[in-house]
Amino acid sequence: MIKRQLPLLIAFAMGVIFIIQFFIPHQISQDLLTWVNKWLMIIGGISLLLGIYSLLNFHYLQIFRNKPGWGFSLIMFFSFLISVVVGFTPSLINVILPLPESSVQSAEQVKEWYRITGLKDGSSLDWIFRHGITPLSATMFSIIGFFIASAAFRAFRARSLEATLLLLAAVFIMLGQTPLGGMLWSGIPDIMTWILSTPNTAAKRAILFGIAMGSISFSLKIIFGIERAYLGGKN
Amino acid sequence: MNKMMPWFRILFLGLISLLGFNNDIFAQNTLVSPQDFTAFDTPNDAGGSVSLTWRVVPENNKPEVPYLILAATAPDGPWFEQTTLVNLKSDYPQYFGLSASNKLWSYCEITDFKQSLTDDNPKPITATTYFKLAVTDGSKTLGFSSVVSAMHQGNWFDASKINILIFVVIFSFVIMFFISLARKNPDLFIRRIPGLDAIEEAIGRATEMGKPILYLNGLDGMGSLSTIAATSILGKVARKVANYDSQIKVPCRDPIVMSVCQEVVREAYLEAGRPDAYNQDNIFFITDDQFAYAAAVDGLMVRHKPAANLYMGYYYAESLLLAETGAAIGAIQIAGTDSITQLPFFITTCDYTLMGEELYAASAYLSREPLQTGSLKGQDFTKGLIILILILGSLASTAGITFLVNLFKTF
Repeated sequence: MIKRQLPLLIAFAMGVIFIIQFFIPHQISQDLLTWVNKWLMIIGGISLLLGIYSLLNFHYLQIFRNKPGWGFSLIMFFSFLISVVVGFTPSLINVILPLPESSVQSAEQVKEWYRITGLKDGSSLDWIFRHGITPLSATMFSIIGFFIASAAFRAFRARSLEATLLLLAAVFIMLGQTPLGGMLWSGIPDIMTWILSTPNTAAKRAILFGIAMGSISFSLKIIFGIERAYLGGKN
Repeated sequence: MNKMMPWFRILFLGLISLLGFNNDIFAQNTLVSPQDFTAFDTPNDAGGSVSLTWRVVPENNKPEVPYLILAATAPDGPWFEQTTLVNLKSDYPQYFGLSASNKLWSYCEITDFKQSLTDDNPKPITATTYFKLAVTDGSKTLGFSSVVSAMHQGNWFDASKINILIFVVIFSFVIMFFISLARKNPDLFIRRIPGLDAIEEAIGRATEMGKPILYLNGLDGMGSLSTIAATSILGKVARKVANYDSQIKVPCRDPIVMSVCQEVVREAYLEAGRPDAYNQDNIFFITDDQFAYAAAVDGLMVRHKPAANLYMGYYYAESLLLAETGAAIGAIQIAGTDSITQLPFFITTCDYTLMGEELYAASAYLSREPLQTGSLKGQDFTKGLIILILILGSLASTAGITFLVNLFKTF
């Protein structure tokens, strides 16, 4: 009973307190918000231990049970070990491989990046980030370009009226975004601007209205304990 | 002729200086001292700021006429220069509301007390401070306002948000009313959402094929409404999976979301009477890095070839990476997101997509409980009301009546 009622009570109390807090600009109210946000960060940090345990356990089982792709789990363990060792050994890699100067990003961007990540310029972990994680992330991100092409190929087949309209809109937008469109016919960039600013904006605003109303309603349901499926079990 | 030249030169210089003198007199005559100068605590803030306002005078409202604000800790000085204002700000709805008089006043907010204009280490205002305003011509002061004083304090209610408060109260009452209505008449009509109807079909397909179902909660943490909605749907899906004796895999990006999902799925299996079939290892944490997560989930899809992929929650740039890989392996795909920028990608690549609010409505749709459906009805009613206000507001604005539009302004 308490296992179910206590979380609902906490959700109700916190929900009501922070609705009221939204309307109080006083410093005490701002301090309360900061204090709760700090606690959220602390809980988030502690929960990372749970995540690490889950990650290691999952990959251990992959290897132990000889599941398909267990070799990737081995690589994960190896990478994890390297990161931990390097993280606890300051500037180890810098001794072996000096950090090259960044030529792509501006000094401000690099400074901001260090501020966000909390890494020290030139540390070994920084080296892993710059030469491991960043290029790998960029690779994944760049694949999106090819995926957009393949998804567009499927979506733009004019099988129905809606798909035909989609195709026509896409043709005008794509041509309007390139110098070729304006060269073919000066009206294409104007049509593109109209599509983006009128029907597109109208549809987006309609969805946004729905989302706003839905989120308020959903929040009220959580605060008043009507929506409790996130706790698991029967409502 | 040459003898005449010095006389002519003297006459010419005299005329020039007279003109210059006249210009100076002109400038002095047209500038007026600041009028109705007032100081008060800045409204609707946490404290720490004092606002100064004075009436806009057309004669002074020129870029070449700077104002100078002076402050002192006693009414008779000593006075310290605080700031010079060249481009004057008007339109201060926090204090004057949305009335036309807004444009008639200039204002400035002062948060620190300086010892001079170039003081790099100003102190916060801690006691009642005295202010006066001067009009200058750039080099010398031409007129002072009267001395005024103010002290800041934190406010306990933000009056600028009163319209939001009224709306939330009305909205809450509408929802409560429809919930009570739904209690009396539980068979309220809810329009069909094909994406949610297809979940059963997707689970059935996965069971027949003997392949798992992949369920993603999005990339946000438990603080996001989308993630809460996604975990609510997960409970319903997991119950059906348990009934069908199928398998569900939930890779998570956030350890807290993972713990919640483990609990939700475990409870669903218990409810279905299949606690033995629950496997905690199927709900696991991958990484909190966006693209590493996308790569890992893509890898899972390619290796395990799930028969159904369900993408619920909030997504960013990785949405297409996930959904396109899912489409490539031939899985039936159902997405539900309130991420407006990623909706087109899901619509293009998935078989069914829950758009925006449908994600929040899913829990009510799947449970069909009166409390839930009532709140859904209340939400729809308020949406209808807002559409009506939008139409009326557009008509009123076209007719030059701004009252209705101003009601919904926040500042």
